[in-house]
Amino acid sequence: MSHLLAIDLPGGWQTTLGIKTLIVMGLIPVGALVLGYTFLLKMMSHMQSRVGPMDPGGFHGWFQLIGDGIKFIQKEDIIPAGADKRVFKMAPAVVVMSTFLMFVVLPAGPNAVVAGSIHNGIGGIDVGIFYALAVSSLSVIGVLMAGWASSNKYALIGALRAAAQLIAYELPLVLAVVGVVVQAGTMNLQGIVFAQRDGEIFGWGGIGSPYILTQFVGFCLFMVAAQAELTQPPFDMPVAESELVAGYMVEYTGFRFLFFFIGEFGTAFVYAGLAATLFLGGWSIPGVEGEIANWVGPLVLFAKIMFVAFLMFWARFSYPRLREDQLQSLAWKWMIPISLINILVTGALKVAL
Amino acid sequence: MTAFDVDPKLYSPLADSHLNVELDTGDMVLNIGPQHPATHGTFRLVVRLDGERVIKADPVIGYMHRGYEKLTEYRTYPQVTTLINRIDWLSSFANEVPFIAAAEQLMGIEAPPRALYIRTILTEMARISTFLLFLGEMGLQVGAITPAFLGFRDREYPLNLIESATGGRFHPNFNRIGGIKDDLPWGWIAECRNTMRKMLDSCDIFEDLVLGNPIFQARTRGIGIIPAELGAAYGVSGSNIRASGVDWDLRRDGEPLLPYNEIDWKVWTHQDGDSYARYWVRLQETRESARMILHLLDQMPSGPIMAKVPRIIKVPQGETYVAAENPLGEMGYYIISKGATGPFRVKIRTASFSNVSIMPWLLQGIYVPDVITVLASLYFILGDIDK
Repeated sequence: MSHLLAIDLPGGWQTTLGIKTLIVMGLIPVGALVLGYTFLLKMMSHMQSRVGPMDPGGFHGWFQLIGDGIKFIQKEDIIPAGADKRVFKMAPAVVVMSTFLMFVVLPAGPNAVVAGSIHNGIGGIDVGIFYALAVSSLSVIGVLMAGWASSNKYALIGALRAAAQLIAYELPLVLAVVGVVVQAGTMNLQGIVFAQRDGEIFGWGGIGSPYILTQFVGFCLFMVAAQAELTQPPFDMPVAESELVAGYMVEYTGFRFLFFFIGEFGTAFVYAGLAATLFLGGWSIPGVEGEIANWVGPLVLFAKIMFVAFLMFWARFSYPRLREDQLQSLAWKWMIPISLINILVTGALKVAL
Repeated sequence: MTAFDVDPKLYSPLADSHLNVELDTGDMVLNIGPQHPATHGTFRLVVRLDGERVIKADPVIGYMHRGYEKLTEYRTYPQVTTLINRIDWLSSFANEVPFIAAAEQLMGIEAPPRALYIRTILTEMARISTFLLFLGEMGLQVGAITPAFLGFRDREYPLNLIESATGGRFHPNFNRIGGIKDDLPWGWIAECRNTMRKMLDSCDIFEDLVLGNPIFQARTRGIGIIPAELGAAYGVSGSNIRASGVDWDLRRDGEPLLPYNEIDWKVWTHQDGDSYARYWVRLQETRESARMILHLLDQMPSGPIMAKVPRIIKVPQGETYVAAENPLGEMGYYIISKGATGPFRVKIRTASFSNVSIMPWLLQGIYVPDVITVLASLYFILGDIDK
């Protein structure tokens, strides 16, 4: 939020950096909690006629999430005897770290960007989407560390599955985004938002030109690949509770497990944010211009994130799980060819028009 | 040489000096159970894995052995039903019927028709409640959580009916030699009709949500195929063998313990014999049971619910084997009586014990995720294996 903080603060840029860090550190867990509350507890309870999560605290079970948090913090922190203790302790932090790093490039308003400055004209960093997708792979390392350090066979199988899956789905994820980048002509997320806001549909610029209309194939591919990156059903083999108990998380308890939980939902929040920014126009909304957009923008972005997250969790609660080999063949035989064709068509149209 | 018979030379110190020694990835022995969510209790499966492929699978049973065959020798006949309720705890009522029928046969008593009808209705209701759990549970094992909760929700309706008729949700203990304990409560029949219609709707939900799902089909079709002859040789029975195309149902083909021949119904079979077929057959049988109950309610005779039985039940000397179609398969009791108030020896033939005995053959060469699917689709109850 460079521009908003472009006043002289005592301590100079270090204070600004500190405030930005606090914003990111605060928003990710809050986002994770909001998603966890809305979808994991409430939407799932309604879909599955559950009684438990709707009960504590009276109205709609509002206390359930707080109760869960208290439970996690109270639990004993167990490290298995055979574990590689340092790696075991570090792994959840590494997983959460990648989420934090991804979040910083999401723009929430014309001047409300966390990373980068506004002196390149539009704000944000120029390789924004490239950077976001690159740091998203960091979580693989954390997952592998967790699986290896747990000294548990289930954890090891889970971690290896996760590694194979996350690497396989990086490719369609990136290729799905290329179409958007080609169309917008920039990798800067802020630039992509501007391109959508200022775009026109056959000469009519009423709602700009959200790329979900032109890049619908890309949107579908991105959502499927994001679902796989999040290891959510139907791609949740790494944590498959009916086979591997909880995969790489099986030996974690208490606060460390909570870290994985925050990582899972925080990453869902960030991927939903990326999808909203790339395909739904991000923070922009027709009719809101100027300085006020810096204040309305975050709310608009949040609403779009909630919509995208709804789609993600809807699939999560409805579908069974694929098998590992079926997952790989889906990625390599279907999603990658389709995304390549998508890029080809987008490029050809971009040149032709 | 199989994959796990590694050349001992590879382990020699000399072998390390060769640069071109193939990297020994070895195989991993994985204990699935006794504490594993997919095993419905304390079933243990020791699998030897090469990567994720199963080389060898050994079921280890007996963690929950409660010695019911021996315990029956120290009980009187009416007391035994309390024990055998707990063999297959999900369909307790269906367990009681063949034992009581065996005792009645030895004593030469016939239960009045109304009692037989109520027995049939409650047996089928136990089948519905068991299968609804299966229909949801199988979804859970394949990875979808929603069907599991829907299964648990819909199972409450038949359980409530069983409870209101017998007083026990899981362990009715309702059969008596010569009839049943009580008549149905007032209003039960109307409520039962409504519930059975609900059950038919619920089966449609499962058909849409689970059976029609392309991922579910990809996960279950062609997995864990039981050939009909081999399955029969292993003693696989019930829906599992009907899913392999064997048209055999003790309700129709066995001794007429219950008035199944007085109503219209159909034995469902499927030709494929895979996990999908087992799910399909159980779904159809749930529907069929609901329809059967509706038929039975229409034809319900009036009259007494108990035959005349002596005050102290002594079963005359003799032996008999009575088997009936439990939801899990053939469940039979071989009773030897020496004329006392309790049985001299009881041998219980449980369905799950034979159904899981095919597992070492069935699980060879498939992947770990499919192991879970096959386990779920065989649908065993631990109490039914270990007795």
